[in-house]
Amino acid sequence: MTRFVERHPAWALIVIIAVALALWLIFAVWPPGLEDAIGRKRVFLNAVFNGITLGGLYFLVASGFTLIFGLMRNVNLAHGSLYLFGGYIGYAISASTGSWILSFIIAFILTALVGVLLQVIVFRRMEGQDLRQTMVTIGLSIVFADLMLWACGGDFYQIQTPNWLIGPIELPLITAIKSSGEPVYLRYPLVRLVIFAASAVIGIAMWLALNRTRMGMIIRAGVDDRDILAATGVRIQVVFVLVFALGAGLAGIAGVVGGTFQSLSPGEDIRFLLASLVVVIVGGMGSIPGAALGALIIGLAEQLGSVYIPTYAIVVTFLIMVVVLALRPQGLLARR
Amino acid sequence: MSVTHDARVQVRPATAQRPALRGWPEINNPAAWIVAVILLIMPLIANGFFLIEIFATTLILGTMALSLMLLAGYAGMVSLMQLTIAGFAAYMVAVFGVSGNANISLGWPWWLAVPMALALATIFGTFGGALAVRTEGIYTIMITLAIGAAFYYFTNQNWAIFNGHTGINTVATPHFWGVDWRADIPFYYIVLAVAALCYFAVEYVSRAPFGLALQGVRDNPRRMAALGFNVNAHRVAAYAVASFIAALAGVLQVWNYRQISPGSVSVGACIDVLIIAVVGGITRPIGPYIGALIFVLLRTFALDFLVKIGLDGNRFRLLIGLGFLAIVFWSSDGVIGLWQRWRQSQRPAANRAGGGGRGHG
Repeated sequence: MTRFVERHPAWALIVIIAVALALWLIFAVWPPGLEDAIGRKRVFLNAVFNGITLGGLYFLVASGFTLIFGLMRNVNLAHGSLYLFGGYIGYAISASTGSWILSFIIAFILTALVGVLLQVIVFRRMEGQDLRQTMVTIGLSIVFADLMLWACGGDFYQIQTPNWLIGPIELPLITAIKSSGEPVYLRYPLVRLVIFAASAVIGIAMWLALNRTRMGMIIRAGVDDRDILAATGVRIQVVFVLVFALGAGLAGIAGVVGGTFQSLSPGEDIRFLLASLVVVIVGGMGSIPGAALGALIIGLAEQLGSVYIPTYAIVVTFLIMVVVLALRPQGLLARR
Repeated sequence: MSVTHDARVQVRPATAQRPALRGWPEINNPAAWIVAVILLIMPLIANGFFLIEIFATTLILGTMALSLMLLAGYAGMVSLMQLTIAGFAAYMVAVFGVSGNANISLGWPWWLAVPMALALATIFGTFGGALAVRTEGIYTIMITLAIGAAFYYFTNQNWAIFNGHTGINTVATPHFWGVDWRADIPFYYIVLAVAALCYFAVEYVSRAPFGLALQGVRDNPRRMAALGFNVNAHRVAAYAVASFIAALAGVLQVWNYRQISPGSVSVGACIDVLIIAVVGGITRPIGPYIGALIFVLLRTFALDFLVKIGLDGNRFRLLIGLGFLAIVFWSSDGVIGLWQRWRQSQRPAANRAGGGGRGHG
């Protein structure tokens, strides 16, 4: 952080000003002139919160993607299929047992299992041929998409939100002052906040696991140089399988989350594959903090874009990717 | 890094054919002449359905896949946005030319609209390529896929230019010299002419200094840079050439279907082009056309075939996906590679051992 400020004082200044402006927009009571210019503060705050919570979901999908890429150099284009698979499993479990928590656990286990099978049966056979691996994942995503269409049909599914999470919660953020002088507070769906908190916890837990445990040390070493790691006697194949299981399982969890606050249907796999691609391109391939930053930026851009410039929202996301590629092709937080 | 590059150079079979460097290799190949004659007299053999739905569609898809083959085979860059470029050209033909959506189309005559569409699509593709070459190898797939997906979602959302998810319908096709060029037989010959032009152009480029430099860049970018070649400029130029070819195919496609909608530029369709090229083989320009023929035949007849053997006819994509997986697993050179290997096994003299093996850029 301090090194970044020392090396790029101008950029640091711009970032600080942008953050301060964003904080002011969120916490201050807007003067009337501003409301006339860009609309109600409630709309803005809702878009920001939607963006942040969507970013949480994107982070869950993209962190698995970036973890798998970072260690195995495998661009898993079937990652979106794992997301959708987890979502369908979660829907089936929650519809049959009525337990929302259980659907997370089972979706995680089953998608992780699929991940293990993929790694053991398919990717292990073509290690080091990254283009071929990518082609295989494309083929797999087609096969998976068609199998899921076969099994689940083209309908929309939505996972039932548990009773204790239904309904809005009042946040201590003032959206407007009534004429009587009474402040109006922002009301926001509790379930989205809980999900965001959970994804933040998962993110921090992953960061801690990667930076503070022996296993994390092995994985980081593998990201840097897996040949030398293998030469030191680490059973790298076991590490690969574990990381693939974790990444796939995270996609499965994300599927349940996405099925709860959005919906599941054929085509969602491609949407979330694109989201994770853009997130990791922006954030930096193989970097967990990069995935978090990228997910936040893309989530916010998508939601703010769809509120303020509806027909060009996707272009904003794309432009962010272009700007990052032009200025810093390796991604914002990548080391190389 | 450099070690693996060197190893890859040695197993590459297609570039090692020394005599092919001079003259056109087709001239001495009787099979090529037979295929050419059959293609020319096709309207005498096939009726309208086969002529347009099978052969013209094959040639159009093959030309799109050819542009990918040029990038992947000679420059080592697997681009998933070739269909997006073609779709962009198709949209531009519809927007600048005459169509049923009079509020969007500008109503230019086709001889103005088509060059405009080709130029804009080439610029679009070159720009996308300039972005993609900022990174290397596996990232190219991701960036071009992201561009393709972004274009798909954009056409879905945008109503002012692209008319949202309904797309642009009843696009006018050219009429001049008293001929309706969209009638089956004239259209087939247009498609055949464009496909042949693109095919020979790509083959020429592969032996021209530019193409050779490109293959050098593919095999060892560092060494080429050390020799004084501008690596990135060559790559961007390859994207420009490929974009132009893809744009030509896109113009033909919009004339073929007379409409363009986001469904034709979806991510699945982008991946179809990659499947066509890989299944056919990306080491030679003929590969994409073989792949396209297989793909179109499967797409047209798989439904009937699956129903006939008692399976669900809607599982056509499953069949395609499994076929693609099988090809990627067993032959990274596609059908061409399989055929070459089969021919070598028929000829046990082993004068060219080790050819036809694995390894593409």
